[in-house]
Amino acid sequence: MENKRTGQVIKVNANMVTAQVAGQIVQNEVAYIVCGQERLKAEVIRVRGDQAEMQVYESTQGLRTGDTVEFTGELLSVELGPGLLGQIFDGLQNPLPALAEKCGFFLKRGVYLEALPDEAQWDFTPLVKPGDKVMAGSWLGFVPEKIFRHYIMAPFALSGTLEVESISPAGKYNLKQPVARLRDSSGSLHEVCLQQLWPVKIPIFAYAEKLRPMEPLVTKMRLIDSLFPVNRGGTYCTPGPFGAGKTVLQQLISRHAEVDIVIIAACGERAGEVVETLKTFPGLTDPRTKKPLIDRTIIICNTSSMPVAARESSVYTAVTIAEYYRQMGLNVLLLADSTSRWAQAMREMSGRLEEIPGEEAFPAYLESRIASFYERAGVVRLRSGQTGSVTIGGAVSPAGGNFEEPVTQATLKVVGAFHGLSRERSDARKYPAIDPLISWSKYEGFVKSENREKLHALLRRGNEISQMMKVIGEEGTSLKDYIEYLKSEFFDFVYLQQNAFDPVDEATTKERQVYLLDFIGGILKTDYDLQDKASALHFFQSLRQLMRTWNSASYGSPEFKKNEEQISTLLESKGLKKEK
Amino acid sequence: MQKSYTNIIQIAGDVITVEAEGVGYSDIAQITTRRGVSLAQVIRIEGKKVSLQVFAGTRGIATGDRVRFLGHPMRVATGEELLGRIFNGSGVPLDHGPLLSEGLTDIGSPSVNPSRRVVPSKIIRTGIPMIDVFNSLVESQKLPIFSIAGEPYNELLARIAIQAEVDIIIVGGMGLKHDDYLFFRDTLNAHGALSRCIFFMHTASDPTVECLLVPDISLAVAENFALSGKRVLVLLTDMTNFADSLKEIAITMEQVPSNRGYPGDLYSQLAARYEKAVDFEGAGSITILAATTMPGDDVTHPVPDNTGYITEGQFYLKSGVIEPFGSLSRLKQQVNGKTRADHRTIMDTMIQLFASYRETLEKQSMGFQMSAWDQKLLKYGALFESNMMSLKVNISLEKALDLGWKILSDCFTPEETGIKLSVIQQFWPR
Repeated sequence: MENKRTGQVIKVNANMVTAQVAGQIVQNEVAYIVCGQERLKAEVIRVRGDQAEMQVYESTQGLRTGDTVEFTGELLSVELGPGLLGQIFDGLQNPLPALAEKCGFFLKRGVYLEALPDEAQWDFTPLVKPGDKVMAGSWLGFVPEKIFRHYIMAPFALSGTLEVESISPAGKYNLKQPVARLRDSSGSLHEVCLQQLWPVKIPIFAYAEKLRPMEPLVTKMRLIDSLFPVNRGGTYCTPGPFGAGKTVLQQLISRHAEVDIVIIAACGERAGEVVETLKTFPGLTDPRTKKPLIDRTIIICNTSSMPVAARESSVYTAVTIAEYYRQMGLNVLLLADSTSRWAQAMREMSGRLEEIPGEEAFPAYLESRIASFYERAGVVRLRSGQTGSVTIGGAVSPAGGNFEEPVTQATLKVVGAFHGLSRERSDARKYPAIDPLISWSKYEGFVKSENREKLHALLRRGNEISQMMKVIGEEGTSLKDYIEYLKSEFFDFVYLQQNAFDPVDEATTKERQVYLLDFIGGILKTDYDLQDKASALHFFQSLRQLMRTWNSASYGSPEFKKNEEQISTLLESKGLKKEK
Repeated sequence: MQKSYTNIIQIAGDVITVEAEGVGYSDIAQITTRRGVSLAQVIRIEGKKVSLQVFAGTRGIATGDRVRFLGHPMRVATGEELLGRIFNGSGVPLDHGPLLSEGLTDIGSPSVNPSRRVVPSKIIRTGIPMIDVFNSLVESQKLPIFSIAGEPYNELLARIAIQAEVDIIIVGGMGLKHDDYLFFRDTLNAHGALSRCIFFMHTASDPTVECLLVPDISLAVAENFALSGKRVLVLLTDMTNFADSLKEIAITMEQVPSNRGYPGDLYSQLAARYEKAVDFEGAGSITILAATTMPGDDVTHPVPDNTGYITEGQFYLKSGVIEPFGSLSRLKQQVNGKTRADHRTIMDTMIQLFASYRETLEKQSMGFQMSAWDQKLLKYGALFESNMMSLKVNISLEKALDLGWKILSDCFTPEETGIKLSVIQQFWPR
């Protein structure tokens, strides 16, 4: 062990502190600044000669020159082990409810608690025996955590093939009791506990290979699944101006998405929204597992008034935990709201470092940071043959709602799907306010691409006609065009829009989407016996009304069938049969 | 021990740099000049060079003036004694009353632990139908009024202050005209609300740095009251001036500007203030209403834009009325289901019909012929504007809902409103 290295504070500029250090300095190591009774966590972000420039994860009020800084030599890490599910952490993985018990209403600075409680006992079952060959990430045993088998894995930092020297028998163990010993090729022994540490800014690579994301992730949002699908292991972003419904959209996806685990990173946003998730999730049931939703959720919460540097680390904390569960062969969805606040945290730090600013004063490395964050998503084949995935969905809050700004542009370069929210759609109370005319997806969903293409074409054509009508009026539009316009409006209204307050309509299963889309497809390609614009409008309005009611009926119920018959009757009344 | 230094090596803008040792970041210092004594706050430490922003401005400061560090951050007196009093941004009385030093508390306390917040659930009634009916104000909400210079946003704030059912009102004025300050004082006094009010006033002629302190000092006092179980309403006007002061200091400190000269941390700075709005479990609450003027009526300007991302909705004040479109209270769903059974119906129906009225107006201005339906909408729109939207209207929520039914029945048949039959049977006036 090297001696504890220390330094002295020489500069304080808001949350950036510079220290004079005698010995060596490790880039990105964690340091503690001693300020009276308090020890403030900081991270070295630049080294200049014998000076270490650090971002402090707390308020720097009262820091003085000459205050002692203790360097740990460790990179900023998170604790990985059973007990993470259902928890709520801050950006540095402090458990917030435990912190509240200790400090009351306010987040007292310099108080760091263990992320996972020491005293918890876990029921361990071994999966290997002495003499077995293992590698980093191999499953050595498991403990039950909520509804999952939480696999205890060989530490990710190990390299090469190791031999199991000893493994504990089945029984109860706490997080820090060794359960196995592994011998590496050079003969040295490594102890394995239920818990391991991993530095947040380094991706976990303990898998066989990364695969192409091919399997659709069903979010139960018709607009997303059918037109702009996201695949498991893929990435997508939802930029939108304030009030367009980014957060509501993410909340609904976090409830309904067909994945094993959802990690919500509330990064620099309103505390009130996190509170809503916090208070409602324990009472909501996951339709797939019939267990409370909170059991499959982890919340990383660094709201806008919490220290800025910790905001920067919160997205990394979240993605590291996501990768950890991926290593167990699970499908994880990470929702980050909002990546713009994370980028702003980088901008604040960059400004204090007096780096040469890029566009809108964002640092020059903005793009590469965003890219490397999204690149941590993916489907991987583990060495055991199973697959696991991390899907990342990031909300973006562009300044002024203008997508030309640097964060949105840098994000668009690296994501697989773009769900752009527009003020026009949200003002018109169209939910979800994703604008189908600007959004795109590179993934192949469960809807055939030629069908998707047809729907896109219809929406584009409908928009053209509506623009034209604004100039020449309804009178100047031909009946054929007018019907085309009504069809596109109809499709938008009954399929793309969903009622977030209707318990049935808020989430549509894949099966129902396929059925509904096929039905609507039939309507869209049929010519109807409509004599003039007024009767066309009336026809589509009545159809719309019936379809809405149909959307609120649960799938396959008698009511569902009754509604379907009513619609078919109306369709047949207009004479012309569907073209097959 | 408190040390004094007399070696001021730089004076630029409202920031001075002095050579000193052992000074804590964001500590307070006292500067004694020929013009009197002013407070200053440490904003950067670089070796021995300590930069301070001087609350009273740097005019007349000599390089040999004495700087005494007090060894603690900015503090403000709290408690019942403050009620009815008027102070400036650094907490000095403006009303010839005694200087207070009881229950000193640090300003800029840490953030509230999110796991200790509760979901807001109590409506604050204001007597303004456009707020109560259409975008209810909720206890612990943070809501700005987006407006432009010349609009009566201060009148609106004062009216809400008088009528809101809260225990304590704190008015934080930033860059106010002196007349506006007098207006607030006189209006609240005339309605007998002064005894539950506290003023922190920074007028346009006061030094910039004091403007920066107003929200912090107001919210620190509010937090103290809220923790002791009081329901506090904090009015901040005008937050754009606060942002401009931030800009001024940032430029003086040679920080790299981001958008239109504003510092890169504008979002965090505004959020640190607005996020003080809270409902404490088992204690009181803080509700924040702020005025934000939009330079050039541009909502994409950095100040309203960043504000919109932080707050829980916004009211647009345009041509003297609260504009129904764009105005939004994100928390209204938490309360408007519990007021009266017809609240949501009235809210949705009246706004939808008003949207149709606006379309009809557009058609009318383009010279299209008005159908019978258009005529009905025109009648409805006029009634809505004069009886609901006008800020002169001052009625309770229940009266406003009744009025809503009356307007609807005066203009339309029940079917035309699209309201569900069960609700019509219960509420439609006969």
